Amino acid sequence: MSTTTTEPAAAPVAAAGPAKASGRGPWRLVWDQLWAKGSARFGLIMVVLLVLMAVLAGPLSALGGWNAEEFDKRAVDAYLGGLPKGDFGGVGARHWFGVEPATGRDLFARVLHGGQVSLLIAFVATAVVVVAGTLAGIAAGYFGGRIDSLLSRLMDLTMSFPSLIFMIAMMSVARDVNRILLMTVVIGLFGWPGVARVVRGQTLSLKHREYVEAAKVGGARSWRILTREILPNVSGPIIAYTTLLIPGMIATEAALSYLGVGVRPPTPSWGQMIAESIVFYETDPTYFLIPTVFLFVAVLAFTLLGDALRDILDPKGGRS
Amino acid sequence: MILYLGRRLLGVAGILLAICAITFTIFYLLPNDPAAAACGKTCSPERLVEVKAAMGLDKPVWEQFFVYLLGIFAGRDYGSGASATHCGFPCLGYSYEYSLPVWDLLVDRLPVSVSLAIGSAVLWLVLGLGAGITSALRKNTVVDKILTVLSVGAASLPVYFTSIMLIWGVVRTAGLLPYPAYHNLTDNPLSWASNLLLPWTALALLYAAQYARQSRTSMIEAMAEPYIRTARAKGMPALTVTVKHGLRSGMTPILTIFGMDLGGLLAGAVITESIFGLPGIGRLFYDGLLRSDQPVILGVTLLAAFFIVVANLLVDVLYAYVDPRVRY
Repeated sequence: MSTTTTEPAAAPVAAAGPAKASGRGPWRLVWDQLWAKGSARFGLIMVVLLVLMAVLAGPLSALGGWNAEEFDKRAVDAYLGGLPKGDFGGVGARHWFGVEPATGRDLFARVLHGGQVSLLIAFVATAVVVVAGTLAGIAAGYFGGRIDSLLSRLMDLTMSFPSLIFMIAMMSVARDVNRILLMTVVIGLFGWPGVARVVRGQTLSLKHREYVEAAKVGGARSWRILTREILPNVSGPIIAYTTLLIPGMIATEAALSYLGVGVRPPTPSWGQMIAESIVFYETDPTYFLIPTVFLFVAVLAFTLLGDALRDILDPKGGRS
Repeated sequence: MILYLGRRLLGVAGILLAICAITFTIFYLLPNDPAAAACGKTCSPERLVEVKAAMGLDKPVWEQFFVYLLGIFAGRDYGSGASATHCGFPCLGYSYEYSLPVWDLLVDRLPVSVSLAIGSAVLWLVLGLGAGITSALRKNTVVDKILTVLSVGAASLPVYFTSIMLIWGVVRTAGLLPYPAYHNLTDNPLSWASNLLLPWTALALLYAAQYARQSRTSMIEAMAEPYIRTARAKGMPALTVTVKHGLRSGMTPILTIFGMDLGGLLAGAVITESIFGLPGIGRLFYDGLLRSDQPVILGVTLLAAFFIVVANLLVDVLYAYVDPRVRY
């Protein structure tokens, strides 16, 4: 996931144009192409902002003066069924994004902390999926034979699982230990075959290239060939695929929390906030719109960035 | 072809068996106790043992699994004496909550989910492929850019947001359509369609974008092939070139994702069904979860897996007809 937050410091250099591009490293070229594309630039900036926001959720919400679980009964109107006082769900200097009906909890603080939880789950689940998928894909593609047929069967089996239904079922009956950890594992369980297929296909096409043969003749062991020759050459598609996985993970986390089997209150997550606010969509639209807009922007930003990365790093879409 | 089909059918059976075993084991291992739930709050330990025995939960897991598996094909008898009931093929057990065979519940709810899935699939194919093909043929123009932005945006909206906005805009504010309720297709096709129009739209918006993007890419690839140039060079009309040569090879990758999506959706769209209050399989599943109605959960999971596996098989077979290069 560190791939999505490249330092913005390189920005001014990119403006120099493609004339000097020939003297740059491959990653710098990727960066230049990415920055040149409007939608990718928007996605990248949004991703950086969202990640910063999630990481700094504590200090930022302290800036607003409230924490995520603090009640403010003075901000809600007890005679109106606990609806926030003031226009637009109580938006104002006291509460920047307004408050939650009934409890009066600060929405600015909650949406930041919710983002922290949502993005944490999405990132860690993606990391699990990518590591497992890469290992399986490389092993299947490089070793072939029995290992390949075994792993491919396992991929077919996992892909035949009705994943969302199965995730909901597992989340709802599991014992309450650590919901965030549990969700990461459950979401991560079903994503790896997608990565594994892409990596397997790439590895198959790479393993008979001259430089791999040369390394073999030179006496390199499998491990060294895999990590030094194959892995660097499949990393492009992996990075593109990883970025495109994240929006799906964010949406899945939100869906599970929305259905009430994900993160439990008072811990906020975007999906959980939307689930609680959906009944207020007419009476207090701000409350409903704030987490929805954050969820929408996050999914959109990662999709745009991932699409651009795929176009640059993997022009054939990993189908080889 | 026959040999290929036979091998694939065996594979399908194997996958379903494995899914059944895994699901069964996981639910057996997880700490929920359907016997205690069925027995109620004021349940004495002796009574709990009886209930467990009556439900067959006192036996070891492999035996329970075997009984379950055998029951699917051969049927099972429940209870004894005057209260004995027979649950015929395909017996997926009895729902604790409804005291009805799970299969009957599924069959009862299936038309709703199938209507929802097929209707929205038609809609998203029309929207998605329409947008994608238009984009591909007008590559890098304003039309292409607008369609791309629209489709990425639509795909990023959560389905509960689009659903609520549709209900708010179309039902509550404009009053154009009634609040969705399910009507049988055979009773009144018009009210069936008008009631399902909003859920169809909500789901279709979510899926259409993926199809737009995929079909744009593969259509651009297809139109760059040498045989398209040949067809053009020999003076074939542009429309025929696009439809006969471009579309046919451009649409094969779409078939794969379509099989997976439709297969996954046939066994119920849990969120959409619960927002629109449609009594489909997704709803049955969700209600089953809330009451830890294990046979229902297991039954829906199996049915969903069945749809996915069969849809994938159908897609692979269809490939041979769509793409003349594929031979089995």
